[in-house]
Amino acid sequence: MRHHLILRVITKLLVGAIMLFAFYVQFHGDFSPGGGFQAGVIMAVAFILYGLVFSLHNVQQVFPPWLVHKLVALGVLIYAGTGIVSLFLGYSFLDYGAFTPDHPSHGQHYGIFAVELGVGITVTAVMVAIYYAFAGRPPRLSDEEW
Amino acid sequence: MSAESTHVAMTLSDHLPILQILVPLVSAPLIVLIGSRRLTWSLAFIASVLSFGIAILLLMQVIDGSIISYQIGGWAPPLGIEYRVDATNAFVLLLVTGISTLVLPYARESVKSEIPAKHHTLFYAAFMLCLTGLLGVTITGDAFNVFVFLEISSLSTYVLIAQGSYRDKRALTAAYDYLIMGTIGATFFVIGLGMLYMATGTLNMADLADRIADQGSNRTVRAAFAFIVVGMGLKIAIYPLHLWLPRAYTFAPSAVTVFLAATATKVAIYVLLRFTFSVFQPSFMFEVNTLEFIILPFAILAMFAASFIAIFQNDFKRMLAYSSIAQIGYMLLGISLLTETGLTAAIAHLFNHGITKATLFMGVGILALRSGGSFYNRIQGMGKSMPWTSAAIVIGGLSLIGVPGTAGFISKWVLVEATIEKGWWPLSVLIVLSSLLAVIYVWRVIEVLYLKTPLAGTDYREAPFSMLIPMWIMALACIYFGLATDVTLTASRAAAQGLLAGSAGMM
Repeated sequence: MRHHLILRVITKLLVGAIMLFAFYVQFHGDFSPGGGFQAGVIMAVAFILYGLVFSLHNVQQVFPPWLVHKLVALGVLIYAGTGIVSLFLGYSFLDYGAFTPDHPSHGQHYGIFAVELGVGITVTAVMVAIYYAFAGRPPRLSDEEW
Repeated sequence: MSAESTHVAMTLSDHLPILQILVPLVSAPLIVLIGSRRLTWSLAFIASVLSFGIAILLLMQVIDGSIISYQIGGWAPPLGIEYRVDATNAFVLLLVTGISTLVLPYARESVKSEIPAKHHTLFYAAFMLCLTGLLGVTITGDAFNVFVFLEISSLSTYVLIAQGSYRDKRALTAAYDYLIMGTIGATFFVIGLGMLYMATGTLNMADLADRIADQGSNRTVRAAFAFIVVGMGLKIAIYPLHLWLPRAYTFAPSAVTVFLAATATKVAIYVLLRFTFSVFQPSFMFEVNTLEFIILPFAILAMFAASFIAIFQNDFKRMLAYSSIAQIGYMLLGISLLTETGLTAAIAHLFNHGITKATLFMGVGILALRSGGSFYNRIQGMGKSMPWTSAAIVIGGLSLIGVPGTAGFISKWVLVEATIEKGWWPLSVLIVLSSLLAVIYVWRVIEVLYLKTPLAGTDYREAPFSMLIPMWIMALACIYFGLATDVTLTASRAAAQGLLAGSAGMM
């Protein structure tokens, strides 16, 4: 399968840039539009694009399905875990002020940072999992029959 | 929140309302992350027991009529999300966690036989998410938060129902039907909330109640009420909106059916109660008219039509599903009377029907485990080979009819009392008549189990203890709450009074 040369080259160039942009949206989210959800979708796009052009088999070697499932759960745990930490520090659930009691607005930065990281991980994993679920179904017609 | 105010450290008992949600919520991703098939069930069960314990502690704190308010993230309501526990929802929390704690031991064997082992971790994760959603809907004091948790419980319910497809492929279409209907219901509900937000500018239930009371009735508020009632009606399976229910209950795995039948529709009814009595007031004329001229006739229709359909079923599980729709009719009848006694009857029936149906669906699950199906011609004569299971089914059946000495009798009795008190005695006659229909469909099951000859060449063993014990706890609860009537009636009356006090009870 050596066709689609332009597509393959451009994809290779783009995947890195897409991921970088995803990290930008993720970590710059508290100053500019963006955040975990958008960043997660962009990050997933990098994998989905790679899968579309270089086949499902190849993308699943980079990002195996079992890891995708674990990451779905891990993101939720990071989110809830942030809340649990604040709860054990004697504040209410998800009260980020708990992290720096002397200066609550700093604590809020840390809290949002952790929570958005959890959101980003889960959204990436869920988007990729949906793509795997659909793409993983055996096609009715093989590529050659078209 | 602010830097100036000195912070008083909260103790773990202050956190009980959030822990109620957090324990099952965290257990779900933990189950997936650990991914061990041996630990899965234990993790789910421990989480369920813990949340049952928390529900007991919460109920003990609010039984005297006090209210616990918990602010998420330290943001004070009405801006922030508030969890609010009072006698009414503490009662529902106890029911939901209690049922899940009994269903999980039962589920272990049943799930082993119905679902391939590699899906067990995800199954229990979905189960815990469903529990989280139901508890969240119940505990929250924020109207939009109700929608969020409703979606958590609904989405996981669709997954759980679809798990029945390893036995019968029709579970997939049943789950899909419910997905479509449930989503329409949730959409209507959120449209209603949107309108309320437009009219009042707030989403906190107590705040909503005050502002609606201030501005009185206008077209936006009336439309919001209509959307919310139809949206929740789809979830409750109010008679003409019930089409998803029989198929979903029939094809879902046995343990899932037990859990859903005993909790999901009950929680939806709780939300309806919250909105009709706490957010909107019974003094709101539009609401009185809706309940009296729309919900009441449909409730009576449900009592008869669904019972009739139940009589002609050939599948035990499907028959019970139709009977559930009829029983929901009794609860709605109690609500639409808009009196304290009527409301007491509805809340008591909510609880009593929960334990009754749990007993019966557990029975079906055990019969299906041994015989491989729940059709009458598959289970005939099993009363002789499985005496304990069948005896519990008979107790559940009697409670479903409302025979004196069982839980079902108490709530129907109070319901009849409520109709007479209101002076609508023809309704009392209808309640008794529809109970006679229940006699017919329950008798058909007893006849199939005890009087027919067993299928040739079948010799069934009695069910494993892990399934029999939860079932008998439920069956004995049916009798216990039929004799010790004070417990349920006192709690239901307290809840009814709290609801009728309206916004005064909320603020």
